[in-house]
Amino acid sequence: MQLDNFIEIDGIPVKIEGERNLLEVISKSGIKLPVFCYHSDLSIYGACRMCMVEDENGRLMASCSTIPRAGMKIKTNTKRLRKYRKSILELLLASHCRDCTTCQNSGKCKLQELAVQFGITSIRFNNDKTEPIKDTSSPAIIRDSSKCILCGDCVRECNEIQNVGAIDFTFRGSKAVISTAFNKPIAESLCVNCGQCAAACPTGAIIVKDDTSKVLNMIDDPEVFVTCEIAPAVRVGIGQELDREIGENTLGRIISILHRIGIDKVFDTATGADLTVMEEAAEFAERLEKGGTLPLFTSCCPAWVNFIEKKYPEFLPNVSTCRSPMSMFSAVVKEYYKNNLPDGKTKHYHFALMPCTAKKFECKREEFGGVTDDVITTQELIKIIKESGVRFNETQPEAVDMPFGSASGAGVIFGVTGGVTEAVLRKIANDSSRTTLAQIEYTGIRGLEDIKEAYIPYGDRRLHIAVVSGLSNAVKIMEAIKSGEMQFDLVEVMACRGGCIGGAGQPYISHRKRNARGEGLYRADRQSSIKCSQDNYMTDRLYSGLLRGKTHELLHVEYNKK
Amino acid sequence: MNKLKSREELTALRDVCQKAFAAEKKKILVCGGTGCVAGGSLDIFARLKQLLEDKNIQVDVELADEPHGDAVGMKKSGCHGFCEMGPLVRIEPQGWLYTKVKLDDCEEIIEKTIVGGEMIERLVYKQNGEVFPKQDEIPFYKKQTRVVLESCGHINASSIREYIALGGYSALEKCLFDITSEDILNEVTKSNLRGRGGGGFAAGKKWASCAAQKETPKYIVCNGDEGDPGAFMDRSIMEGDPHRLLEGMMIAGIAVGSSEGYIYVRAEYPLAVERLRTAIAQAEELGILGDNILGTDKSFRIHINRGAGAFVCGEGSALTASIEGKRGMPRVKPPRTVEHGLFEKPTNLNNVETYANVPMIITKGADWFRGIGPENSPGTKAFALTGTIQNTGLIEVPMGTTLREVIFDIGGGMRGGTKFKAVQIGGPSGGCLTEKDLDVPLDFDSLKSVGAMIGSGGLVVMDDKTCMVEVARFFMNFTQNESCGKCVPCREGTKRMLEILERITAGKGQDGDIELLEELADTISNTALCGLGKTAASPVVSTIKNFRSEYEAHIYDKRCPAGACSKLKRFVIDPEKCKGCSKCARNCPVNAISGQVKSPFKIDQDKCIKCGACVSNCAFGAVSEEA
Repeated sequence: MQLDNFIEIDGIPVKIEGERNLLEVISKSGIKLPVFCYHSDLSIYGACRMCMVEDENGRLMASCSTIPRAGMKIKTNTKRLRKYRKSILELLLASHCRDCTTCQNSGKCKLQELAVQFGITSIRFNNDKTEPIKDTSSPAIIRDSSKCILCGDCVRECNEIQNVGAIDFTFRGSKAVISTAFNKPIAESLCVNCGQCAAACPTGAIIVKDDTSKVLNMIDDPEVFVTCEIAPAVRVGIGQELDREIGENTLGRIISILHRIGIDKVFDTATGADLTVMEEAAEFAERLEKGGTLPLFTSCCPAWVNFIEKKYPEFLPNVSTCRSPMSMFSAVVKEYYKNNLPDGKTKHYHFALMPCTAKKFECKREEFGGVTDDVITTQELIKIIKESGVRFNETQPEAVDMPFGSASGAGVIFGVTGGVTEAVLRKIANDSSRTTLAQIEYTGIRGLEDIKEAYIPYGDRRLHIAVVSGLSNAVKIMEAIKSGEMQFDLVEVMACRGGCIGGAGQPYISHRKRNARGEGLYRADRQSSIKCSQDNYMTDRLYSGLLRGKTHELLHVEYNKK
Repeated sequence: MNKLKSREELTALRDVCQKAFAAEKKKILVCGGTGCVAGGSLDIFARLKQLLEDKNIQVDVELADEPHGDAVGMKKSGCHGFCEMGPLVRIEPQGWLYTKVKLDDCEEIIEKTIVGGEMIERLVYKQNGEVFPKQDEIPFYKKQTRVVLESCGHINASSIREYIALGGYSALEKCLFDITSEDILNEVTKSNLRGRGGGGFAAGKKWASCAAQKETPKYIVCNGDEGDPGAFMDRSIMEGDPHRLLEGMMIAGIAVGSSEGYIYVRAEYPLAVERLRTAIAQAEELGILGDNILGTDKSFRIHINRGAGAFVCGEGSALTASIEGKRGMPRVKPPRTVEHGLFEKPTNLNNVETYANVPMIITKGADWFRGIGPENSPGTKAFALTGTIQNTGLIEVPMGTTLREVIFDIGGGMRGGTKFKAVQIGGPSGGCLTEKDLDVPLDFDSLKSVGAMIGSGGLVVMDDKTCMVEVARFFMNFTQNESCGKCVPCREGTKRMLEILERITAGKGQDGDIELLEELADTISNTALCGLGKTAASPVVSTIKNFRSEYEAHIYDKRCPAGACSKLKRFVIDPEKCKGCSKCARNCPVNAISGQVKSPFKIDQDKCIKCGACVSNCAFGAVSEEA
């Protein structure tokens, strides 16, 4: 019997359920085809040719770019296919730096993985990529084209998802490379340091800069007092690589390990986020009341700020003058320890654990005067943990240290798209009753949709709010604002899709699976005894103490026009 | 000139042009094709014109409104095709063709031929002692059927009036006023016109599929990115008869419901670009192009896009990407170009020759067209004939003509009487055909069955002095340089195939190289993304198939049977003949020769760079190339 919406895959019928290509139907049937250039988040590219399958007539097709048709009879693992896949792998490896053991991406490299899977043990061609061809100009990422397989994932990520367009292909044939315009160093290109290219890269051709040794060296220095802060998204991003569930809140375990390896004080960036809420809500109210530049753009995301500087400088007055939670909180911590270093310590070193590569760029921006000494990404933290030998699963969770040991749930949800807006709304509503909080929650600002809109009553007017993640979506909103097609009062933008939980410093996860991390943050919010930033006694204490007369200096910034 | 606002006005203009054309009895047509221009034909044109003016003879470059019986028409024509013999000058009304004309010949041409009506025997074509004054009688032309190239070389390539005089734009007229777009589709479908760009896809089917698309706007795109080494069919059409292309595109526009066309021309074809620009401006001025064509509600605009010289941009999706300003890289299909082509809109993409066939199909009918050539590949095909052949140039023959006829009748056989060895057809995507294939009809299906393809129509004829491994290396080098670098098999596979071919021709081939080439060829042709990649290995596959022993000789005997691979040459000194004068050693640029004066010298083969300086410097004939 011929069923009308089935495909026979290696003899087993599989139903077509609106998949965009044959590859997804095959994947549903329990077969993981080898791919380099196929990413569910990106457009179909069809360049690696690893996902070729064969039909009953021996016709070969790349499953990623074949539309599933009922009645197809597909074989995914024939002698010919194995031969071609091996051949392609051999060709790729022949033009690839093969110093696997010393590659930062070793163990996470798709090429390495598939070479093992297909048993490639010898290469019959001369290797012409033995030396690294590095671009180390960026504070966030390192490019090494000797490890590039030209799958184009980074290019599509940069152009399609982020609309940055810092990199593209140049030259032809085997001389083809991925390059910035005029082959300038990446730091001088349009790159905004979002790092999504590195997240998408299947090999070690684009990697996040590793600053772990800086931190470890500081710990070893007896004169240095080492503190750190942990961003919300880190706690829900780290688990999947350390035998915990995706999205599990592991803040306590992280703190515990950081203490064990010798960090003196561990704080929570969510405390800084509470300050951001206070400042940003005040700025928003002021702009609304005094007729300031609207819409107000959030400024927590350094890649987004950099994007505006580079591509939409006319919108700079819209950007909130608030520093990001990291730069606010680092400034506060640094200010506090100016006069409070423990005996025997002469220097204070403060680093931040971030889900983000752009934070590495932010911390080096001269506007912030080096309040954050270094930024370590979630992935680097995983490396530190693994290197320390401490068993993550066996650690006993510990609490955030004093004197900044308190943060609100509003501060924690900063790590997911919509979180900043929700936190600010909680402040504006100035009412932490369950009903009000639920009302805010259901305005439509939660969820991983790329663009969300909400209308919020404010006095006698209705505020029009947009929540956007992914820079290409931000471009849509900005173009709509420019053309006058749309008007907003507040626009929250996070450069990475899904917000910081999808940051490029996190272990890679496809967009549709990021929800678990977002849920982890909302769960933490629900379990938190303080829901609103204004209810965090810490903020009160800071405003009446350390920040007195210094809010502008420590919590705001004016970006130098480039 | 005023815009033509109705069919009647066009008819009236055609009348005027025809009268003027007929009144122009004496004409000098100087070939203005790229080949002849390079040979100095523009200077010849200027000199001839000056000489006429000096004699107070009226010169008509453009068709005169009021024809003078005594005026001499001076025309820069398109390519005559007989490029081997250029610069070419055609004399009318006699129909003489003067070949290899030099500046110094101009005076004599005016004096004797134009004024005196005498033929200059020195300048006409001769073959095997026979003199052929008339162009049509030259064997090169006699065996051709020039349909698409009918006016190339016979009219002023920059004159819309001459094109109209010869019936130009009457097909457009018919499409605008007499028949519906459905009729056009039916006629083109019935004609079974197949795409001349290489694929041979039925144009009617493509047009109908584009016409059926609901989305608008739709685009008509013409592929003039002729990149095969040695091919210049499309260039000649664009240079020699640009209006024919414009008319074909406009008809396609009416048929599929598009009012915007793009011609993608290689930037290396400046003359084609110039002539097309002129033609577009002329057609716009006359109201044939633009809004409300001839007073109807139909509009059509044509843009020219110059390609930056990437072979891969001849591939449809790479071409449209390039027009959009993106990097020219093929994309995966579906969606097809007819659905999502230029600017992601429905697009009809054909090559120059395909569009140029359309006006005649409309005026003369599908049945006429099908009367030429075989059932499955009707019509004619233009070929660029190059290589070691007597008559190189541009030819047009009915589909189904055999290689033998093309090479030996039209091409005049091998140059210098050498032995025919093979012909590469279809450029870097095609294969080589040998002696046994000489009677294969040149049409889409027959060639496919022998592992070759018509491609866009490049024919490179090779004699027994040609090394087939070197031929394969040449084409592989081309493909590797022109690969866009997107898919792994093409980018990396062709690189490795080239590497192997390079070492074989350098005498460093290894046992297993042929098998490795075959393995790579199999992988690339089965897994590459686009047509360029899928066919990249064809020259290698077909040369291995037909000349495997040549590969083996290179690899195992370190010998090039054709004697063409310089690195496999070995120069030796005959000790019997060597007098020990040391002249060879003194002239050797790399000090590879040593010996004692007055006793035989020796060549160090490891140092020798095979330059041959020793051979030419030996007074005693003692140094020679080892066979």
